[in-house]
Amino acid sequence: MDSVAPDRVEWRTPSPRLLRLRRLEVVVPALLAAVALAVIGAVSGTAAAFGVAAGAVLAGVLALPIVGRRYRSWGYAEREDDLLVRRGVLFARLTVVPYGRMQFIDVTAGPLERIFSLATVKLHTAAAATDARIPGLAQKEATRLRDRLAELGEAQAAGL
Amino acid sequence: MTVPEEWQRLHPLSPVVRGGRGTIAIGILLVPIALGGDKLSSAVPQMIVIAVLIGAGFVSWLVTRWRVEGDDLHIETGLLRRRSIRFPLSQVQAIDVIRPGLARMFRVAELRLRMAGSSGATARLAYLPEREVEPLRDRLLALARGARDDRPETEQPSEQQEERVLAQVDTWRLVVSILVSDVGVVAEAILVGFAIAAVLSPHAAAAIASGGAVWIISAVTVVWRRFNQLYRLRVAEGPEGLHLHGGLVALTTEVIRPGRVQAVRMVEPFLWRAVGWCRLEVDLAGRQRRKGEGEAARGQMRTLLPVGHRALALELVDLLVPDRPRDLSPPPRRAFWKSPLRYRNLAWARSDSAVATTSGRLRRISSWVPLEKVQSLRHVEGPLQRRLGLASIHVDTAGKAVHATLRDRDRAESTQALAELAELARAARRAQATA
Repeated sequence: MDSVAPDRVEWRTPSPRLLRLRRLEVVVPALLAAVALAVIGAVSGTAAAFGVAAGAVLAGVLALPIVGRRYRSWGYAEREDDLLVRRGVLFARLTVVPYGRMQFIDVTAGPLERIFSLATVKLHTAAAATDARIPGLAQKEATRLRDRLAELGEAQAAGL
Repeated sequence: MTVPEEWQRLHPLSPVVRGGRGTIAIGILLVPIALGGDKLSSAVPQMIVIAVLIGAGFVSWLVTRWRVEGDDLHIETGLLRRRSIRFPLSQVQAIDVIRPGLARMFRVAELRLRMAGSSGATARLAYLPEREVEPLRDRLLALARGARDDRPETEQPSEQQEERVLAQVDTWRLVVSILVSDVGVVAEAILVGFAIAAVLSPHAAAAIASGGAVWIISAVTVVWRRFNQLYRLRVAEGPEGLHLHGGLVALTTEVIRPGRVQAVRMVEPFLWRAVGWCRLEVDLAGRQRRKGEGEAARGQMRTLLPVGHRALALELVDLLVPDRPRDLSPPPRRAFWKSPLRYRNLAWARSDSAVATTSGRLRRISSWVPLEKVQSLRHVEGPLQRRLGLASIHVDTAGKAVHATLRDRDRAESTQALAELAELARAARRAQATA
């Protein structure tokens, strides 16, 4: 993936476990739907249900490469004065958040993320439009990033 | 540490003024009772309602108190749920003095402090005696500036005279501008439609009047509110920042502290462009507009110049954004396929301390953002833009309404601009921090 960012930037990526989680999020519902449809088909004896079940499996399989691309689009880089976050396949976004502008940092971990011991780091500035979010960080890395950002934010804090 | 001063209360007539229309309604309720003095027994329900309302108003006045503590304004209010709020004065963005019609009758005024921060609390002292409001405002402004000692009377007289009027709205021009503005045209269409109906068939008109009364009233209200707010609006430059005075029935005086302007926006509605008029607004830090918040919240975008010539507006912009970028460059021609309606208006430029963009479909919106106010930069490349080799950069500020966007630029240019803007914004922040 070509980067919009200036050269000589070291991109970090979310944990590979995020990819596994995202794949499961696609595959499990697809399989569940397929099984349910197959059972309905077997009970009622309609061939169409089997066709739809096969369709669900196919959709799940086709979605996998998209999930992979989306996973690979995520990235973040800690530069000297600002944090870069990139994401998105269809809409490629790159957000530059100066450390001095960060107001607070959220670290959240949903139930599924906790199973994979992942966490999401979200940065907030005084502007609501800022959408700097890094999902699927290993919890250790999330904590490290949070502490580092808080430290840098403190050091470079600028008034409104 | 300064010794905390005495708690103070609001003006005793505050509940009456705050009641606003309710007070007038009570007055109307009282009229029949006063006229038919012998039938007091039949008026008992009304009397009870009035007694309860007056009692509630009195209690709300009784439990509200305020004082200045060091650098904070401390307000306590509430009877059952006691609330105690401290407003750090250093975070004040602007201070307003508001005098609605009823308040002017009773010679009281409301003091409103706009704070920064996404929680966006607004400190309201409603209402205070008229003669105390301005000294208090000057004192709070002095405290906000970092002056520790509160002795405003020594320096105040000289400061008052330093105010320099920059622009004042011509009433006639304001009337015309409202008549050709978006709400104005809607209101006129409703009224004209009604008049035509009344001429053609009075019966139908009566039916429309009963059914559409809400529409007519709301249209008139919006137009009236705008006129009332902007009437004789005067912008002046004072030592504590920009002063805005204006209003017909409700008088407002706003003070915007220097360096608190997050962005400046000039709007040129389609119909106004023929005569070269525009509207100038400034954006301050504060609560973001949430979904469902209507006119009142939108009004928080400060109108500096409701209507005026471009040249005058640009002079004001020069004051607010020194070193304003000039010679805006249009996007590449192929951007037309991405934004056909906006294409004519798209352009941007930057100087070392500010960025300027223009956009808009029918109306043209020019935005200026000082680089030290930039919160974050977002580079976005959508699917259609990728096909055309274009990209946009969004410049986020802590303001509420201004979205400066470098829309549909050449991909190479946008990449370079992103790096440059990030670097310049960093330098601007540093310069501001050391200053």
